[in-house]
Amino acid sequence: MRVRGAVCCVMLLALTAHGDEADYAIARAAMVDEVYFYATLARDTGEAALNEDVMQALGTVERHEFVPARQKPFAYENRPLPIGYGQTISQPYIVAIMTDLIEPGGGDVVLEIGTGSGYQAAILSALVHHVYSIEIIEPLADGAAARLARLGHDNITTKLGDGYYGWQEHAPFDAIVVTAAASHIPPSLVRQLRPGGRMIIPVGGQFTTQQLLLLTKTDDEKIITRQIAAVRFVPLTGEHQDE
Amino acid sequence: MTRVQFLATLLISAAAIAYEILLMRMLSIVQWHHFAYMIISLALLGYGTSGTVIAICRRWLEPRFELVFSISGLLFSITMVACFVLGQRVPFNALEIVWDARQFINLSIIYIVFFVPFFFAACCIGMAFTCRPSHISRIYFFDLLGAGLGALLIVGLLFLLSVQSALIMLAVLALLASALMAITSTARKPLAVMQLVCLATLLFGLPQEWLVLRISEYKGLQQTMQVVGSNIVHVSSSPLGLLTVVESPRIPFRYAPGLSLNTRFEPPEQLAVFIDGDSMSVITRFDGNLDALGYMGDVTAALPYALLDAPHVLILGAGGGTDVLFALYNGAARVDAVELNPQMTRLVTDTYADFAGYLYDDERITIHTQEARGFVVRSNDQYDLIQVALLDSFAASGSGVQALSESYLYTVEAIQDYLKNTAAGGMLAITRWLKLPPRDNLKLVATVIEALRETGVAEPGRQLALIRSWNTSTLLVKNGEFSAADITVIRQFADSRSFDTAFFPSMTAHDANRFNLLDQPFLYDGVNALLGDDADDFVARYKFYIAPATDNKPYFFHFFKWSSLPEVMALRKRGGAGLIEWGYLILVATAIQAAIAGVLLILLPLSRVKRRWPRGTGSRMGSYFFLLGLAFLFIEIAFIQKFILFLSHPLYAVAVVLSGFLVFAGLGSAYSAQLVQRVAQKRHSPVSVAVAGIAAIALLYLAVLPMLFQQLIGLPDAIKMALSIILIAPMAFFMGMPFPIVLARVADRAPDFIPWAWGINGFASVISASLATLLAIEFGFSVVILLALGLYATAAAVVHD
Repeated sequence: MRVRGAVCCVMLLALTAHGDEADYAIARAAMVDEVYFYATLARDTGEAALNEDVMQALGTVERHEFVPARQKPFAYENRPLPIGYGQTISQPYIVAIMTDLIEPGGGDVVLEIGTGSGYQAAILSALVHHVYSIEIIEPLADGAAARLARLGHDNITTKLGDGYYGWQEHAPFDAIVVTAAASHIPPSLVRQLRPGGRMIIPVGGQFTTQQLLLLTKTDDEKIITRQIAAVRFVPLTGEHQDE
Repeated sequence: MTRVQFLATLLISAAAIAYEILLMRMLSIVQWHHFAYMIISLALLGYGTSGTVIAICRRWLEPRFELVFSISGLLFSITMVACFVLGQRVPFNALEIVWDARQFINLSIIYIVFFVPFFFAACCIGMAFTCRPSHISRIYFFDLLGAGLGALLIVGLLFLLSVQSALIMLAVLALLASALMAITSTARKPLAVMQLVCLATLLFGLPQEWLVLRISEYKGLQQTMQVVGSNIVHVSSSPLGLLTVVESPRIPFRYAPGLSLNTRFEPPEQLAVFIDGDSMSVITRFDGNLDALGYMGDVTAALPYALLDAPHVLILGAGGGTDVLFALYNGAARVDAVELNPQMTRLVTDTYADFAGYLYDDERITIHTQEARGFVVRSNDQYDLIQVALLDSFAASGSGVQALSESYLYTVEAIQDYLKNTAAGGMLAITRWLKLPPRDNLKLVATVIEALRETGVAEPGRQLALIRSWNTSTLLVKNGEFSAADITVIRQFADSRSFDTAFFPSMTAHDANRFNLLDQPFLYDGVNALLGDDADDFVARYKFYIAPATDNKPYFFHFFKWSSLPEVMALRKRGGAGLIEWGYLILVATAIQAAIAGVLLILLPLSRVKRRWPRGTGSRMGSYFFLLGLAFLFIEIAFIQKFILFLSHPLYAVAVVLSGFLVFAGLGSAYSAQLVQRVAQKRHSPVSVAVAGIAAIALLYLAVLPMLFQQLIGLPDAIKMALSIILIAPMAFFMGMPFPIVLARVADRAPDFIPWAWGINGFASVISASLATLLAIEFGFSVVILLALGLYATAAAVVHD
C-alpha cells in the first residue's frame, strides 16, 4: 500500500502541475483500486467484493468536478472533502458501500435526500434508470443542478426543497439514499419506498461516518433496519479482528 | 513610580486576564469548549516570552520605561482586537483533523496569533518589575489586584454586553493604561495622537463585519442557517452561553430523536435554540391540545411513563421546554424542571411564551433556574421520575468534540444524588444518542452499576432496563427491583414501537437484536459483561475507555485509549474514521505545540543572555524553578476543573479560581520576605515551611472539598464565588512563596540566573496547562494535586541547604 500511496502522491503532484483530464483519469483509477482493495480486505458488505458495476461507476464519475477548485488536488483521495456551506462530499469508500448496499438495478428509480454537490447522484445515475434528488441548501441545489446538466447526467432530476415528505409524484422508489442528517427517519419516506426496496442512511458527523443504517421494506411491507459498520471492528481486544 | 503609573499597571493586568477569559468564551462559541484550555497556555507563553525579551534588552529598556510601556499598552490594545479578528479567519477545521494534517498547522497559527496580545500585555507588567525594582511589592499588589478585578469584571461585562462589545471595552481599558503611562513620557504628544486615532477607530471605525463571530460552519447553528428560508429571530448572550433562536418556516424543524419507525405522528412546528452555536434544543408550538403531540409517546424516552402512573417528575435540563411538554403529554401529575440559564427560561416564559402555549404558567409545572446537581442535592422532594434531558447534539456526540468537556451530570456521585431523590419504586431515566460500537451508552451503564454497588446494592442488574431505537437509547434505573409486570410493560412498549430491548432483569439473548439489527447485540452483551464477575477485565479489554466517570474524573465523553489508536488509524480509510476519538489527540497536539513554542520563544532566546553563575547553580536552580512552574499550574488547573462542579459553569470557575490564585499568591509572595526572617531564627528552611503549608491545605481539601461542595452547592452564585475565593486564599497564599524566596537568594548569589529562573518557570507553566488536563483525564484531579505536592516536595529538597 505504501507503493500505491506513493504512486498516488506522484499523480496528485502531477495533477496540480498540469491538471489535465488524463491525469485525473489515472488518479481516479488509483482511487478505485484503493476502494476495491479495502472492500476486498474487509468484506464489510458480506460479499467477496463490491459490485463490479458500482466500481465501474466510481471509476467513471469525475469526482474532481464535484469539489470546489481548492479541493481539486485532493479530489481522488479516499477521504471526505469540504464542499462549502458546512457540507462535505463523502469518502469514496463510504459512497461505494452505500451504493452497493441499495443493490441498484438498471430499471430502478431512486430518491436521494441531500444532493450536496451531486456526486452520489452522479454515481447512481450510471447504475439506475432515474435519480430524483432534493437539496435544502439553495446554492448547493443550484450548483449541483448546473453541474449535473453540464456533465450530461440527464437521468437526474433535482429540486430545492423539503425532503421530509419525499417526492410523491415520482414515488414509489426502488431505493432511497438519505445523505442529510436527521433526528429520525421520516415516516413519509418509508411509505414512498416500494416493497422490496432499500433505504440507506449514513449516521455520524460530516467527516466521520459512524455507521450505515440500512432499512429494507419486505415484499409484505414489513420494515427491517440493520446497522452496518462501514468497517469491521471488534470492540474487545483478544478477539478476531480482521481477515 | 507615580500613582498614575501604578494605575496603568493595574489596568493592563485587568485587561489581560479579562481578555484571556473573553477568548475562552469566544473559542467556545466559534469552535468548542475544550480549546479554552489552550488560551491559558498561550497567555503564559506571552508572559514567559516577554520575560526573555526584557532580560535580553534590559539595559536598553530601563531609560525608556514609560515610552515602551505606553507603546506596549497601545499595541496590546490594537492586537487584542486585531488578533480576535485574525484568529477567527484562520481556516482551522477541528473536525477535519483526522484527514488533513494541515489542520495542525492551522491550530499552531491560531496559537501564535492569540499569543501576540498577551506578549505585549506581559511586556508592560514585566518592564514595571524590571525597570522599577524598588517598587516591586507595590507593583505586585497592583498587578495582582488588577488581575483579580479583571476576572470579575469580564464575567460582569458578559452579562451586560455581547462578546464583541466587551472586547472593545477591554481594548479601551488597555488604551487608557497606555495613555496614563504616556503622561510622564518624553514622547507624549506623538503617543497621544496614536492613542486618539486608536480610540476613534475602536469606537467608530471598526467595520462591524470584522467583529462578527465566525462560528465553525460545521456547528449546528451554521448548518441550520444554510437551510433555505431559515432565520435568526432572537439572540441573547451571557457568560453562560450565546443563545440563538432560529425559525425555519419553509423546511420546518422536526426534532424528535429516537422516534419510532411505526409512528403515525409528526412533530408540530418548532423553533430551534442553539447554545454557543450548537447543542440544539427546541421550543415546540403548543396550543393546549396535547393530542397534537402524539409523537411524544413514540420515542424511547417515553418508556418510564409507561411504567409509572401520573408521576411527579424532575427534569434536569429543561432547555426550550419541550421535555416539560413531553412529561405533560405522557401523563405527569407534577413537573419540576431545572434549567441553569435564566435567559433560556425567559425564552419560554416571555419571548416565546405565546408560541410555547404559556407552558410554564401551568400550575402543575415549577421551573427552577439553578444548576442541576445543586438542585438535586438540596431538594427534599422524592420524585417518581428523574429525567436527564438529551441536550447535546448527535454531531457533537459522534465527532469527539466533547471529549474534554467535564460533565458532572453523568458521574457516579451524580447518579447517587439522583437516586437519593427518587421515591421508592420511582426511576431515573437517561436518554443518550446511540453510537456504535457503543461508548457512552456502556460508560453510562458502568457508571450507574458503580453508583448502585457503592450504595450497597448487591445485584444492580435487577434495577436496570435499557431499550434502543436506531439512534437513541434510554436507560432506566429503578429505586427497587423491576417486577415481572414491569418487564411485561417494557416488552410491550418496545415491541409495539419496534424498539429493541437491550437489557432488563432475566432477559435472554433471544430478546435482543430483533428490530434494528446490529452485527452483534453489543449493548446486551456489554451490559451483561459489566454486571458479571469479569467486569473489570471487560472494561480493560474494551477498545474504548468506558470505566465509570466520577467527580474526580468527570470526563464522561472521553473514550480514547492509546492502545486502540494504531488499529483505528489503520481503519480510517476503510470507513473507520468515526472510531477515532480525536478530541483527546488535539489536546496532546496543543501540549506538544506549547512545548515547542516554549523552547523557541522562551528558552532559545535566553541562551543569548550571559551565563555566569557559581558552579552547580544552573542545574539545581533550573530544576527548582521548572518544578515550581509545573506544580503551581497543576494545582491551579485541577482546582479550576474541580470548582466547575461547585460554580456550575467553566467560565465562572476559570474567573474565580484564576483571580483567587493570582491575588492571594501575590499576597503570599509579598509576605515571603517576612517568612524568611521569621523561620531563619528557628533554623527552618522557608521553602519547606511554605511547601508544608501547601501540602497540609491541599490534603485537607482533597478530603473535605467533595463533602463541602455537596453541602454548599445550593447557595446563590455570588455567595459561592466568595466562598470559593476564601477556600482558595490560604493555599494560594502559601503557593506564592517558594518562587520569590529562592529568587531573592539567586539575586544575591547569581544575578545572571534571574532571567533563566523566570524563563524556565514560564516554560514549565506553558506546558503544564495542557499536561495537567491530560493527567486529570487519565488519573483524576486528586492524582494531579498529589503529583503537584510531590513536585513541590522535590523542589524543596533540591534547595534544602
